[in-house]
Amino acid sequence: MFNTQITIAGVTFKNPVMTASGTFGSGMEYSEFVDLNSLGAVVTKGVANVPWEGNPTPRVQETYGGMLNAIGLQNPGIDVFIERDIPFLRQYDTRIIVNVCGRSASDYVEVVEKLADQPVDMLEINVSCPNVKHGGIAFGQDPKCLFDITKEIKAKARQPIIMKLSPNVTDIAEMAKAAEAAGSDAISLINTITGMKIDIHKRTFALANKTGGLSGPAIKPVAVRMVYQAANAVKIPVIGMGGIANAEDAIEFMLAGATGIAVGAMNFVNPYTTAEVVKGIETYMRQYHIENISDIIGTVK
Amino acid sequence: MEQKRKETAVVYKQQEIATDIYDMWITTSLAAQAKPGQFISVYTHDKSALLPRPISICEADRENGRLRIVYRVAGKGTAEFSRYKAGRHIDILGTLGNGFPLEKAKGKKVFLMGGGIGIPPMLELAKAIAHNAGNEVQAASVDIIVGYRDKELFLSEDLSRYGKVHIATEDGSAGTKGNVMDAIASEGLEADVIFACGPMPMLRAIKKYAAEKGMEAYISLEERMACGVGACLGCVVKTREVDHHSHVNNARICTDGPVYAAQNVEI
Repeated sequence: MFNTQITIAGVTFKNPVMTASGTFGSGMEYSEFVDLNSLGAVVTKGVANVPWEGNPTPRVQETYGGMLNAIGLQNPGIDVFIERDIPFLRQYDTRIIVNVCGRSASDYVEVVEKLADQPVDMLEINVSCPNVKHGGIAFGQDPKCLFDITKEIKAKARQPIIMKLSPNVTDIAEMAKAAEAAGSDAISLINTITGMKIDIHKRTFALANKTGGLSGPAIKPVAVRMVYQAANAVKIPVIGMGGIANAEDAIEFMLAGATGIAVGAMNFVNPYTTAEVVKGIETYMRQYHIENISDIIGTVK
Repeated sequence: MEQKRKETAVVYKQQEIATDIYDMWITTSLAAQAKPGQFISVYTHDKSALLPRPISICEADRENGRLRIVYRVAGKGTAEFSRYKAGRHIDILGTLGNGFPLEKAKGKKVFLMGGGIGIPPMLELAKAIAHNAGNEVQAASVDIIVGYRDKELFLSEDLSRYGKVHIATEDGSAGTKGNVMDAIASEGLEADVIFACGPMPMLRAIKKYAAEKGMEAYISLEERMACGVGACLGCVVKTREVDHHSHVNNARICTDGPVYAAQNVEI
């Protein structure tokens, strides 16, 4: 028998496969394609204290081997989310991780407090969205700011928290250490890499927001490197993501030090990706006679 | 049962029917569930181009399990599709979006308006309206107004089987010189309800015209999209009222649309 179970901050997951925030809604749309019961966790689209309109269109553009997005964290607000999205996800035997976004420390705290009595397993704190002015990015690019916001949220959070780190920094290890020192239970990375595309025919920016977050297979080597550096800098678990398209990619992140992994942009390309990664990890375990998937975490040093 | 899914279709035949406009029939089980106004997303074999291309359904042959798509070559994805020959495998996702509200056409005088590459979805729609009516009276009360760049009048013959076709061309080489609105004016056409697909300036003009005349108008929108199934929130349109799903004034074109009552969207 193969054991695909992993544990993060005392929460057990049936397998390491999760969805990257913002690429899977609250699971509803992809439940037509994937049995959500088969996933380790569903990580929801970021939710704020009030509804957010997001950015003007065009919000997405394709790039070589990837895509740029500048959605701007459009979301229906925490009240609708609690009423509609959490009950939907509770129907499934999967862990629920709610991604929380905000423009100020008090925004984050308000959401975290409203989630205190909700049946969700963990909170992922988005301090790294590059597409919203004051969308938390300031908190995610300076270690002192990251430390302060983490401490403030951790003091109020009922569930274990995961600080989601931005790759748009010089030293990712320093950021990981700041989150750990402030009491974060885990970290996830990478969020998207800030990019730009120009339409040479219209001589204008391809995205209405001018810049956007780059995701997809094009960013995978950067993500693996950062997951490796972060995982070797801290003792708390790391959830790795960035361009994962198949089980081989997922295994690569785990060998680099990730306990859990998340599928992001590739959900848009192949809606069955998450389920295929789950199956592929089992195949890899059989091939190499691995009894516990957790045994491979961070074994490439 | 109607279910969205990704599957491998097979190219049945393809030809260029106007400059850079390609007409492709594909064999797919999705044909059975296709509704007029819906679209499919088509994947390239070139893996550097990840996102599928949303393309409207031009015709569905449910009996033989085939879909017809007519598209313009606009970039490297559609350029690749244009080179496909019969027998080529082609991954598609569908069927996506809601179709045109056919019931709004019942017993009414109808305008079907298409501009440029917005013309193809009008064919399956015209067919459905004609079949719904089940008699020639309805067919006679459908005016199909189509706008082209020049006299390459792709699909106009197909359309003429289901209604009276009126043509406008930008260069005046066929029909009325100008756009579809000019054709309506110069031919003195009247209707109760409009169904339309085309470039944004045309849709804005139709929205304004319908408001002035107190008519209902249903327009099909397009936008850059990633997932096609309502998850990424890439392809939104501003809405007059707060949207029931998003709880802000944004609706997802891929899932809540692509067809909207013109007065309900801010375009």
